[in-house]
Order: sequence, then structure tokens, then C-alpha cells
Amino acid sequence: MPNLEHPAYPAANLLHLESLVPCRESQVSMLLSIFGERQQFSFPSIFIYGHTSSGKTYVMQTLLTTLQLPHVFVNCVEYFTSRLLLEEILIQLQSCSSETEQTSPVHCDTFNDFVRLFKQAVASQDLQDQTLYIVLDRAEQLREMEANILPAFLRLQELTDRNVTVVLLSEIVWELFRPNVGCFEPFTLFFPDYSIGHLQKILSQNHPPEYSADFYAAYINILLGVFYMVCRDLKELRHLAALNFSKYCEPVVRGEANERDTRKLWKNIEPHLKKAMQTVYLREISSSQWEHLQHDGGEPGQLKGLSAHTHVELPYYSKFLLIAAYLASYNPVRTDKRFFLKHHGKIRKTNFMKKHEKTSNHLLGPKPFPLDRLLAILYSIVDNRVAPTANIFSQITSLVTLQLLSMVGQNDQLDGPRYKCTVSLDFIRAIAR
Amino acid sequence: QQIQEDLNKQLLDNLVSFLSQSHSEFQEKTTEWTCRMKFREIPTAALVLGVNVTDHDLTFRGLSDVLQENITPYIALLEAKDCPGIKNLMQKLMGQLMNCDIDVDTLEDEDCVQVSQNKIRCSMSSLINWYESVTKKTDSETPSKKRNSSSRHWQSPPVVVIFKDMESFTTKVLQDFIVISSQHIHELPLVLIFGIATSPMIIHRLLPHSVSSLLCIELFQSLSCKEHLSTIIDKLLLTSQFPFKLGEKVLQVLFNIFLYHDFSVQNFIKGFQLCIVEHFYSQPLSVLCCQLVDAKKRVNFLSHDQCENIRRLPSFRRYVEKQESEKQIALLTTDSFLKEETEKLLEDLHVYHENYVSVLRCLHVFTSSLPKYPLGKQIRELHCACLENQVWETEEYESSLQLARMLNKTDLVTMLQQCVEILLSSSGKEFDKTVEKLKEFLTQFQNLEAEASQERDVSVSSQKELQKKTDLYHLQKTLLELKESRRSKKLTKFEMLRFEVIDYIDSLVRTYLVPADNRTLHEVVYFNAAAVLRGHLNAAPRTALHTALNNPHWYLKNQALKCDGGGISNKAPDICIVYKLHLECGRLINLVDWLEAFSTVVMAGEEPNADAASSDQVDDIIHARFIRAVSELELLGFIKPSKQKTDHVARLTWGGC
Repeated sequence: MPNLEHPAYPAANLLHLESLVPCRESQVSMLLSIFGERQQFSFPSIFIYGHTSSGKTYVMQTLLTTLQLPHVFVNCVEYFTSRLLLEEILIQLQSCSSETEQTSPVHCDTFNDFVRLFKQAVASQDLQDQTLYIVLDRAEQLREMEANILPAFLRLQELTDRNVTVVLLSEIVWELFRPNVGCFEPFTLFFPDYSIGHLQKILSQNHPPEYSADFYAAYINILLGVFYMVCRDLKELRHLAALNFSKYCEPVVRGEANERDTRKLWKNIEPHLKKAMQTVYLREISSSQWEHLQHDGGEPGQLKGLSAHTHVELPYYSKFLLIAAYLASYNPVRTDKRFFLKHHGKIRKTNFMKKHEKTSNHLLGPKPFPLDRLLAILYSIVDNRVAPTANIFSQITSLVTLQLLSMVGQNDQLDGPRYKCTVSLDFIRAIAR
Repeated sequence: QQIQEDLNKQLLDNLVSFLSQSHSEFQEKTTEWTCRMKFREIPTAALVLGVNVTDHDLTFRGLSDVLQENITPYIALLEAKDCPGIKNLMQKLMGQLMNCDIDVDTLEDEDCVQVSQNKIRCSMSSLINWYESVTKKTDSETPSKKRNSSSRHWQSPPVVVIFKDMESFTTKVLQDFIVISSQHIHELPLVLIFGIATSPMIIHRLLPHSVSSLLCIELFQSLSCKEHLSTIIDKLLLTSQFPFKLGEKVLQVLFNIFLYHDFSVQNFIKGFQLCIVEHFYSQPLSVLCCQLVDAKKRVNFLSHDQCENIRRLPSFRRYVEKQESEKQIALLTTDSFLKEETEKLLEDLHVYHENYVSVLRCLHVFTSSLPKYPLGKQIRELHCACLENQVWETEEYESSLQLARMLNKTDLVTMLQQCVEILLSSSGKEFDKTVEKLKEFLTQFQNLEAEASQERDVSVSSQKELQKKTDLYHLQKTLLELKESRRSKKLTKFEMLRFEVIDYIDSLVRTYLVPADNRTLHEVVYFNAAAVLRGHLNAAPRTALHTALNNPHWYLKNQALKCDGGGISNKAPDICIVYKLHLECGRLINLVDWLEAFSTVVMAGEEPNADAASSDQVDDIIHARFIRAVSELELLGFIKPSKQKTDHVARLTWGGC
């Protein structure tokens, strides 16, 4: 395992940094060697990618703050337009240097303005001799902004002629970024996923002060044994660990087992964790409800999850409308005559044939159908006469707003609207009962 | 008209009080989980509201009012149609939050300027800045003037964001918003409320796991709209305080609209209000439809015409015919005597209503627990049945009585107790006897029970004796005897009593649940014009258009237009002719053929001596008329130009649909 060594920074700081970013030593040392010394010009742009929660943001942030490098940290999801993004960078730039100076509201509409204002901002501060780092988190959002934003950020050093490095953090690979007109290639760096050992190490690090580290590590070991198969997300695992720890400690608190009695503790916690996997992990029930449950010691059966409430109550005609829409979506037009015109006597046969066709049609997905067809099928499946009142029509639109139907082809809504049925067969079965 | 307004107010009051009841539980929960914000999860409430979208508006308004009073002044209501993108969402959110802040705190003018400046930069950070400044301000203000309000809210009240229609939001907007706000949850205590119309599965469908893991969702189910309706019926229709009543057919229409079409309580109430308006508008005697005390006063001020009106009422005429001849003459000639009589009759009617409601409830207690519900599960069905005709003559009533005769004892006793409670709570004076009677039944049942237990003791002791004996044959014999005696003795007693109870209930029903049509002067308070109501509420635009174009005399009131059978008369307006011709065509209509047919129809009525030379000129006019009629049809949405063939138009409608 390489120890962090760099001539430009004090050893104490580096040691502290190393303790803060476990399992990422190689990446950090790589970054440090790229950054070089404070006043040295660094690589113009660095692209860091890796899977969800592989510590990109965290490593970057701790690195920059512990070494006290001047930096700007922006999340591209939060600042969703280019203007907001650029202004936010400038505001942070102003505030990171001068606390006393009142920041005037900046207006920055184009990248040209940004370069100009950026130069001013850097010039006004004593940043000349240091590299400034601009970190853009969730950089994949940049692709959806104006076309010039991404290439310009990549060569910001060249454009501004200042000592600046842009770091892009993303979850997708660089190949998906590259604009087709070509651009400056950044230095790419990959953060691999944490392995199970890494996860164990990281999770065990923040153990609660009341219990010993070994005890907590054993707990984490059990937790990972249950959850590692389904979830490798560090954040999620940490959340689960915090939720279930009190349950794990219960025998110890009651004095039935001591901290070393891992086997007994394991037996106590394992079914509980499995239950948690089915409910909390999928967010079927919220974590606060889960904690209540632990507290009361009740059965989780009494708490119904989100997906338990699948039943939807619909008015009488809406049900028929939905069924008609489903039939129209999944049956080809040519069979309409056979199914709906003379449905005396042939019912069994047609049902059989319907099943046959359904299997293939279900793979194809719903097809759009015109309003007239929907109404015609509705009239044939409802027993008594239905008057085509405004109520029926308004029900169709309300079904659309409920996302049970969807409108296809927005252009001619007045003459010949077409719809699609978006609900599943199970849903229709439940309604048809 | 004054009464009218009062009624409306009462309706709304009922509704609002109901809503606030159902929301009090939500709001308690909200306070609970705003305290616990760890793990960067946004506390979220998923409100499952049912598909009656039209009611949601009122529900959310009620909810936000309640929240505003009790928890936090910062509430934003977001609708999907306002927020096609994340930018619009933020703008809307900030606008609402900052405006409501101004409303609450009544800030000075400079703050308003600041707000308008802020609107330019709509991002989360500016929102956070605003929030910090606002909370600080309220803190500093607390000692001076805003003591009472800030004691209601806490130091850092949460910001509640309500998404009214979760289904219609685009996935991306919601995801982005949740991600952003989860990053700032520590600086800005945010609470989300999703209004869900279908099922909570929609959350999983809209949000990927990485986003939904940022939420701490708790589910709340609001009352189903059917229950909502029955509470409203309970409060409005089945009370004697409310003078206005609905006839059976009208009720049926309203219920049908509710159950078949929209599940909307709002619309139900609107329909009800329409009934009230219609009643007061069309029935001249509706002045008497008010509280009993007022009605008596008003009877004294009736004019001669109004008295005549009363005499003309069919129910009153029936009443008069039953009287002796002297009284008949007096009723028909002297107004003052008539007034006295009307007063009496109105009082009778009032008493009848009081009794009706409570007996109806009693009957409902009995019928609602029977298997298969021969008389309906809900009290509204029972109510309709009772209004329609004499209940005790229907088959359903017979079968339900038969079923009731087979009830077991515990059920019967609890039902009787419920009946006693209902009758006691009602204000009718005639029920003292019935209550006594029912109580008597109850005590008899208790006696029965006591006897039974005694007998059980006896049997236990006899069994002890039995144990002493070892003779198998003897034992069998005595056991059989015991069984038989038990069956014959106890059950007969119980059964007799049961029959008695049911018969008594039956007699109650027969005396009190007489349909309102048989009561004199029922026209004053009952509204029975179902056809009118149906015409108003169940609009059928296509049918109306069809009749207008097919039989123009229906609307134009011109006898000349009255056509005979299937023929097309040339006197009808051009558009009608064109419409009728187009009904005969297929999907694509050739314009030239159409024009030809049109001109023959029009020319048919003209003098046949129109020679060839003038026909050219006429043709131009006819051509113009035809083009105008066709473009009118296109405007009405019956045809559209087709791209498949240039000189053809496509039909868009088929028959009734």
C-alpha cells in the first residue's frame, strides 16, 4: 500500500488525509502527483469517473480542503442552466477569497462573459501563484447545456490564461462525453468499485463510541454477509448499518450475551436483517417506520408496504373504459369484428384465440388506437346502453391525467386523438373482477 | 334566496370540518417526523387520495390551511402543469414561498424589492439564503410583536412542498428536484407531500432506486370517496334539521353520476345545490320549505294566490277528498282555515321526518349485517328503497326479515342496543314507548341468558352425576335426553322472543317508513324533477349536435322544418342538409359527389322551369353555400381534409360516438 508522499505538502497533513480517505490511497497519490506543487501549472482538465458511491466526490472534497487548495465545488444538477452554473462559480470564487467585501450580484450569460469575469476575479485576489481548482460534480449534466460549455471548460486554462484546473466528476465514461466536433482530451482517471474488504474497512471505521471497534466490525461483517449480494452502494449500506445496529446490540444491553458472543448475536440479528432487506432496502416502508417497529418489537406484518396498496378504486364507467382501452391496445384491429360484433355462442372459442394472440402482443407492447374504436368497444362490452355524455369524455381525459392512458401524437388533438393503454395485465385483471 | 345561501354555507362547513378531521392525523404525523432528519433523507408523505381528482383541490386547500395554522407558514403547492422543467418548478416554488412569507410577516417595502431581485436567480442557494434570513428575522421579532404566531410555529419551521398531482410530473423534474433538495436538507428543512391519485406504486415507477432512497416515505390513506359520500349523506339528507329533501329519482340520478362517472363528492354537492336552486325556482310553494318555526310564520302571510297554489297540489287534493264534506268546503273556500290546516300538516310532515330518520337508521342496523345484503349495504340504498314505495311490500324486505329471524342472540342484542341508542338520541317524542319496549326485550334477553346459565349449571351438575354412573347405556340415554330437552326448551323461548322482536321492528317500519309521496304537502320540501336534473348534469354534447343537425325544428321551433321520416327537406339550413348527406357516406367523402347531391336536394324544391342558362349562375350560389356548410362541419369536428386523396375529406364520427 503506497504511503502518500509529496514534497510540497507537510507530512502531517498528508497523514491526516490518508486516514480520511481509506482504500483510495493510490488514486489520491496519483492526483497529488498530477497537481504538483501549489504554484505549478497543472493539467488543464481532469476527468474522474467511477460507479455510484465509489468516493469520487468525497475524495476530491477532502483532498482539496485538507490541503487547503483554493477551489470551487459545484454540482451540475443543482445549477441546471449554464447561466446559473457560471454565476455560481463566480460567486464562490468571490467569497472564497474575500470575506469582508460585499459580493455584488454577478450577471453572466455567456461563456465569454465568464472568461472575462473569471480573469477579473482571479486578478483581484492573491491567487496568481496558486492553482485554482474548479470541480464540477455530476458532469454528465454538462452535455445537456449549450454545446460550447463542455469544450470550453476543458480548455479553461488556455482560454483564461490563468493557473486553473477543471476537474469533472461523473459516473459515465469519457467516451460518452466526447462531442462530435472534437475537443481537448482531459486526463482521465478511474475510481474502481470498493471491494468487500474495502467496504468492511470503511464501514467499520465510524463505530459508535459506546462499543468497541471489534464489536462493530463483527456487526458489519454480518451485515455485509446479508446485503452484499444485493447492494454494494456504500451510502445505502451505511444507512442500513445505522438502522439495524440497535437491534444487534439488544442482547448485549439486556445482558444476555457479551460482546464476544458473535454466534449468539448472529442468530439474533440474521432474520431481522433479512426482513430489512425486503422492506427498508426497497423503501417499501420508511426508515422511521422501521425504527418505530424495532422500538415496539411488533410484527412488520401490521405495516403494509407501499406496493401493498395496489388496489385502485375507479368509477363504474371508468373501469369499463380502461378495459376497453386495454382491449383496443392489445388486440389487432381486424379481430374487433370477431370479438365484439356477434359475441353470442362463440365466446369460448374467441377467448381461447385471444389468449394465443395476447402472448405475442404483450411482448410488442401497447399499440395506439383512435378514440372512436375505444368508444365502440366500450359500447359493446357494457351491457346497458351508455349515453355519450360529457361525463364519459371527461373520464377519458382524467384517465390520461392519472397516467393510466397516455395520449399519442400531440399534434391533432381536435380531430382524431389517439391513445395508448399503459397499465399492465395484472392491473386490468384486478379491475375486471 | 337567503335560505339558499345559508344552505350552501352549511354544506361547505360540513365539508371543511370533515376535511380538517381527516387531516388532523396527517398533521400530527408531520410534526413527528420533521424532528428526525438524519441520513439525508427527506421526510415525505405520500397521500393516496383516490381517483376523484376534482375533489383534490379542496382537500389540498384544507390541508395547507391546517398546516399553515399549526405547523409552518411556508407552504408551496405545485401542480404538474406549471412545472414542465426544473427551472419552472424552482421559479414557482420560490415565488410561492416568498409571497406567502410577505403575507405572513408583512415586511417593509425594501424586502419586496429584494424578492423581485431574487426572482432572477432561482436556485436552491438563494432559497436557502432567503430561508435563513426569514428565520432569523422571526427570531428577532419574537419578543416584540409576533409572540403568539411564533409560539405556534417552532424556531425553524419546515418548508412544506406539496406536489398536487404526482402522476403528471415528468420523471426528470422530480428526480432533479429531489436530488437537489436532499443535498441541502440540513440547511433547509424540507418536507415533501405527494398527492397520489392511483396507487403508491407510482413512486417506484417514477423514481429510480437511487432517488427514492433519498426519501423517507410514509404513506397516508385518505378516506375513500364512498365513505366520504356516506358521511355527507348522513349529515345532509338524514337529518330532520335540514328542511329540503330530495325525491327518490333525483337521488338515484345523483348517485348514478357519482358511482358510474366520477366519484367526485364535489360534483355531488354541486348537483345537490343545483337541486336546491331548481326547487326554489320552479316550485312557488317552496317559501314554506324552511325551519318549522319560520314556516308557521310564513303560512300566516300567504296571499290568496299562494293558497290557491296549495289547493292545486295533488297531495293536498287527495287529502281534501278524504275529509267530510263541510270541511272540504271550508278548506276550498276560506283561506284562514286553509292556513290553519296547512300549519298542522306541515308540523305533521316535520314529525314524520324526525321519526322517519331514526326508524330508518334502526332498520339499517338490522339489514346491514344480513348476509348478501338484500336491502343494500349502505344506508343510502335503504333510503332510496324507502322513498320509492312501501318497503314492506317488496320482496327484498321479506327476504331480509326472514334472514333477520335467523340471527343469533349476541348479534340481536347488540343491534337492539344500537337501536335504543339511536332512538334515544333522536328528538322525536313518540319514541318513549318504543324505547321502553326495546329495553324490555333486552331485559328479556338477559333473563334468558341468566336462565341459560342456570340451566348450564344444572346440566353440569347432572354431568357430574353421570360421571358417577358407569353404565354405558344409561349414560347414552341421559345424554340424549339432555340434548333434546335443551333444544326444545331453551331455543323455543329464544326463538319466540326473536320473532316478537322482528315483528315489532316490522310494525315500526310499517308505521314510520311510509314513502313521502303519500304525505300531504310533500311537494313543498321534496324535489322530484329527475329529468331536469339529468338534463343539466349529464350533458351530452354529441347527441345535442346530432339532434340539432338532424331535426332542426327541435331547436328552431319552425313548423316548416318538421321533416317526415328519412327524407331530406330542402327547407332545412344548408348545414343540416350537408350533415345528413354526409351521414350516408363512407370514411372518405368525395367533395364533387357531395356537391352534386347537395345541389339536387336544394334544387328539388325550386321551380322546375329553371333552364340551363340560369342553372350555371345558381350553381355558383349553391357552390358557395355548400362550401360554407362544409367548412362549418369541419369547424364542428365532423370532417377533416384528408391527405390520401386531394378532393376528398375524411369523416371523423360514426353514428352516436
